[in-house]
Amino acid sequence: MRIEEITGLLEAEILTVNHDKDMDIRSACGADLMSDVMAFSKENAMMITGLVNPQVIRTAEMMDIRVVVFVRGKKPQPTMIDMAEERGIAVLSTELPMFAACGKLYQQGMHGRGDS
Amino acid sequence: MEPGVIIREYTIPANDFVVAGEASSSVRKLLNQMGVAPAVVKRTSIAMYEAEINAVIHGHGGRAHVEIDSEKIVIRISDDGPGIPNVELAMQEGWSTAPDSVREMGFGAGMGLPNIKRHADAFHLDTEQGRGTTVNIIVHFR
Repeated sequence: MRIEEITGLLEAEILTVNHDKDMDIRSACGADLMSDVMAFSKENAMMITGLVNPQVIRTAEMMDIRVVVFVRGKKPQPTMIDMAEERGIAVLSTELPMFAACGKLYQQGMHGRGDS
Repeated sequence: MEPGVIIREYTIPANDFVVAGEASSSVRKLLNQMGVAPAVVKRTSIAMYEAEINAVIHGHGGRAHVEIDSEKIVIRISDDGPGIPNVELAMQEGWSTAPDSVREMGFGAGMGLPNIKRHADAFHLDTEQGRGTTVNIIVHFR
C-alpha cells in the first residue's frame, strides 16, 4: 500500500516531505509499547501508535519502519519531525483512534505478517 | 590495535530519553556506510538499542564500546548502576523492574534482554549488585 493510499484511507495529515512516496508498505504493527515494536521484525513496515516521544522515531529507525502514524490527532513535536525527515521516515497524523485505524488498514489487506 | 579494526566509544547519558539511542543510531549509520547486509544491520541495531535503552533506564547511563572488523561487530555496553539482582528472572520475557515513568515512555515491558539474546550471535551479561552491569554482544557479518 502506498503512502497516498494510507493517507486517504485514514484521512490522515502527512507531516513530513523527505520520504519515498512510492514505497510499498506490506505490513503493520499497532502498539503504544516500543518494547513490543522491537519484537516485530518485518520489512517495509508501518507503525500505528498513540505514543508521542522521540523514541518512537528512534524505534522506527532501528526496526526499518518506514511510516509512523499517530492516532487520535496527536501531533509530534518539531524535533521529532526533524528526526524523521533526517531518516526518511514518513510521519502521519489521523483523528481516528488506534482500533479504527488498524481496522481500516486490515480491511484493505494490510496484515501484520508481511510477505511471509 | 589490529589493522582494519574500527573502534568507537560513546557516552550514554542517564535518564535522557531525547538522546537515548544516539549511539545505536551512529553505529547503524556506520554499518550502512560500510555496506554491511541490511539484515545484519537490523539485528545489530535492535540488540544495541535495547542494551542502550537498558543503560539509560536502569544503569544511570553508561558507556558503549564498539569494535568492528571485517567479520563481526563486538559491542560492550556498561553502566555503574545497581546491577541485576536476579539474572534468571531478568532474562524471562515480561519480567521488568522499570518504573511507571519508563513505561510511559513506551519501554519497560521486560522484553529487552531476551530480545538482545535473540538477535545477537553471542550474548554475555556481567552484573554485580551495587557495581553495575556490562552487556557484551557479538554479531557476525555472515
